[in-house]
Amino acid sequence: MSRTSHLQEVLEGAHFAVTAECGPPKGADPQTLREKAQALKGYVDAVNVTDNQTAVVRLCSLASCAILKQMGLDPVLQMTTRDRNRIALQSDLLGASALGIGNVLCLSGDHVSFGSEPQALGVFDLDSVQLLYTARLMRDQGKFLGGGVLSDPPRLFLGAVENPFADPLSFRAKRLAKKVAAGAQFIQTQCVYNLERFEEWMKQVQDLGLQEKTHILAGVTPLKSARMARYMKERVAGMDLPDPLVQRMERTPAPKQREEGLRIALETIEALKNIPGVRGIHIMAIEWEEVVPVLVEKSGLLPRPLT
Amino acid sequence: MITGTRKPMEEILSMIVPYKRILVAGCGTCVAECASGGEKEVALLASQLRMHAKLKNISLEVGEITLDRQCVYEFIDQLTPFLEKYDAVLSLACGAGVQAVAEVFPQWVILPGLDTAFLGETKQAGLWVENCRGCGACRLHMFAGICPITRCAKKLFNGPCGGSQAGRCEVSPEVACAWYLIFQRLESQGRLECLEEIYPPCDWSRQQGIGPRRIQREDQRA
Repeated sequence: MSRTSHLQEVLEGAHFAVTAECGPPKGADPQTLREKAQALKGYVDAVNVTDNQTAVVRLCSLASCAILKQMGLDPVLQMTTRDRNRIALQSDLLGASALGIGNVLCLSGDHVSFGSEPQALGVFDLDSVQLLYTARLMRDQGKFLGGGVLSDPPRLFLGAVENPFADPLSFRAKRLAKKVAAGAQFIQTQCVYNLERFEEWMKQVQDLGLQEKTHILAGVTPLKSARMARYMKERVAGMDLPDPLVQRMERTPAPKQREEGLRIALETIEALKNIPGVRGIHIMAIEWEEVVPVLVEKSGLLPRPLT
Repeated sequence: MITGTRKPMEEILSMIVPYKRILVAGCGTCVAECASGGEKEVALLASQLRMHAKLKNISLEVGEITLDRQCVYEFIDQLTPFLEKYDAVLSLACGAGVQAVAEVFPQWVILPGLDTAFLGETKQAGLWVENCRGCGACRLHMFAGICPITRCAKKLFNGPCGGSQAGRCEVSPEVACAWYLIFQRLESQGRLECLEEIYPPCDWSRQQGIGPRRIQREDQRA
């Protein structure tokens, strides 16, 4: 099968991939999005666009991806099953392909109770595994979920997420196996701070041979401040920040904390590069997008391949 | 059972403003079990209404009755001899009971005294928990007797999601992760392989297909 995206070419060409996240604005102006995306050009292989992350209303992921595509970037369309039923999801998958958006990341999404519209109905007609299954059915068998035949199948490189730090640990790799069986060609993980646990999970992944069947990109989020570290540890669902790491940030004087956060991220990337089965990194620099080029350069991941 | 909670007094008082003669009608089945609409609760609400009328110097006559069920015609019919004496019925049944009574007596005003909540279980004295959504396609045998549609905040069939930590759901530390419970029970039964299967998308038409659902059985028809 021909490759449908730059990201797929990088990964299947056995290069160590770098992706980054770009959050759309809470408004209709595309300029800030363009500026954020422009700063990533040349430093990453693909750019994920979040789908109303933390259930807060933002410029839609599909439109944002189309803008990135026009700019010559390779967008990764994040699609949650929280806000749309299978009719809308299948329609958007066709729309993505028609716009030349080749990568889709399938997620269930943060619960509506966290977001800006806590009174909203959480749709969850499908779950993330079922969305993968649906997208693959459309692409490979040319069929809709309801049984109808597509006039033209979409061209999509399918991804999923996994949180190695969620419970139960002994089931996380098996759940990943379900996503791979449902069609996940690449995986982007939750931010890695607890390297010990991540390695334990990667061992389980390798025991199941999953690294042969999918490309695993480890999540990296540089810490901007000690306050952010504490907040993420205590308040963000599914996040695992070991105490020594939080203390390291807290011991650092405030003006030096960004630098320390960057140093931790660089150490993490270095460690991740050496973990068997890790095929790349996914940088989620929350409200700190300008750090991405610095991180990529300092971790020796430049120039990017195939550019 | 169907659970419900009594509406706040303010809301009940504002509903009954136009009426001078009210019949508080309880239901002796589900809502009696969840202590919101049985004989005891009828007596309590009736006394509260009478006291309110007295304090405010309002003329209000309050009657009391509790039917075995408000969702079956044979029981609803027991209201017939009393209705003439009242302007309105304040029903403490679930929404199904309120509607059934309103349909049998279309000329009378039937007011809901409860907020109907969910299908649930009496977990302990004073605690009721939701554990069935009435999806119309029970798959509890696949999930070790724990319903993910009801008890997982994201209705996941292939959970747990990434927000499951230490057995708690990401929406609140008060909420148990249904998938953690499913995992634990299947593990203790030595049946974890059940979770390796990919559960296909759900057929929601059995829950919300074409308007209200019906069950029709010829063998039960007279």
